[in-house]
Amino acid sequence: VSKNWPLWEVFIRAKNGLSHRHAGSVHAADAKMALEAARDTYTRRMEGVSLWVVPSASIVASDPGESSELFEPAADKIYRHPTFYVIPDTVKNI
Amino acid sequence: MRGLFDYACRLGDDSLILGQRLSEWCGHAPMLELDLALANIGLDLIGQAAHFLKLAGETDDEGRNADALAFHRDVLDFRNCLLVEQPNGDFAQTIARQFLFSNWQELLFRDLCASRSETIAAIAAKAVKEVTYHVRFANEWIVRLGDGTAESRTRITHGLDWMWRFADELFEADGTIESLVETGVAADVRKLRPEWDMRIRKVLAEATLDRPAPRRGAKGGRTGYHSEHLGHLLSEMQFLQRAYPGAEW
Repeated sequence: VSKNWPLWEVFIRAKNGLSHRHAGSVHAADAKMALEAARDTYTRRMEGVSLWVVPSASIVASDPGESSELFEPAADKIYRHPTFYVIPDTVKNI
Repeated sequence: MRGLFDYACRLGDDSLILGQRLSEWCGHAPMLELDLALANIGLDLIGQAAHFLKLAGETDDEGRNADALAFHRDVLDFRNCLLVEQPNGDFAQTIARQFLFSNWQELLFRDLCASRSETIAAIAAKAVKEVTYHVRFANEWIVRLGDGTAESRTRITHGLDWMWRFADELFEADGTIESLVETGVAADVRKLRPEWDMRIRKVLAEATLDRPAPRRGAKGGRTGYHSEHLGHLLSEMQFLQRAYPGAEW
C-alpha cells in the first residue's frame, strides 16, 4: 500500500509568533490523511500548535552539484553578519 | 458507594480493554503512520482508564488501587461492554469497532462533563477532546474503506457486520445507572441513542455503505458475562503482574 501513497513534507509551528519549521515527512493518500498522519506522527509530545503538509513532489530543491557556486561564495563574507556593532547592555534583543 | 464503584469500573474498563486491544496493533499496522495513530488512541484510552480506575479504587470496599483493579481482577469482575473486547480482526474490523464505540463515547463524555461528581466531570472534560479526534479518525476511515476499492468495501462490510450486534449494549441502563442518573452522577445512555443513530447513519451514507441488518444484540458485559475473547486478552495484559506480583519499574 505504502508504495502507492505519495510522500508529504510536514511543517510545524511550535507556538504562535514563530514560523513553521520542517519536521519530517509522512505517507498519505490525500491532504486530509496527510494532516492526520502528521498530527499522529509529529505532535505527540506537544511539538506544535499548527501544521502544514505539502506534497513532497511540489518542493523544488537546489542541486547538490551546484552547491559550490550557490553557497560557497558566502563563506568569506563575514561582514554580512551584524557582529561588529556594540550593543548597549540594556538592549536584550536585536 | 457500591454504585459509584461499579460505574467507575464500567467507564474505566471500557477504556482499558479497548486501549489494550489497540496496543496489539503496535508494530503490525498497515503502515507506520497508522501504527502510531492506533497506538496514540490506545494510550489516550489507557490514560482515561487510569483516572476512572483510580476513582473506583477510592470507593472500593476492598481498598484496591487502580493497578490492582486493572491487573488482579479476573474476567467475571470486569465491567466493560462486549464491543471493546472483540478481536481486532483486520484493519477494517478494528475501524468498525472504533467507529461504533468512539461515536458513543464522545456523546457519553459530553454529557458527563456536567456530572455531579467533580472527578467524573473533570476526567470527561479532558477526555472528550481526545475522543473527538478518535471519532474524526474512525469516521474518515469508514468513508475511505466503504467508498474505496471492492476489497476495502468487502472488508469494512464484514467488520461492521461483526461489531453491529454489540451496539445495543452501549445504550442499556440497569439499576446502577438509573440510581446514578437520578443523583446526576451518571449520564442516561438511553437518551444518547437517537443522536448516535443519526451520526452513524450520516457517515455510512457518505461511505456508500448500508446499515447492517438488525440483529439480536449481545449483552452481559456490564454484569461480568463476557465473550470468550476477554480471558485471552487478560492473560496477556495481566501476565506480568500475575507472574511477578507487585513488580514495579
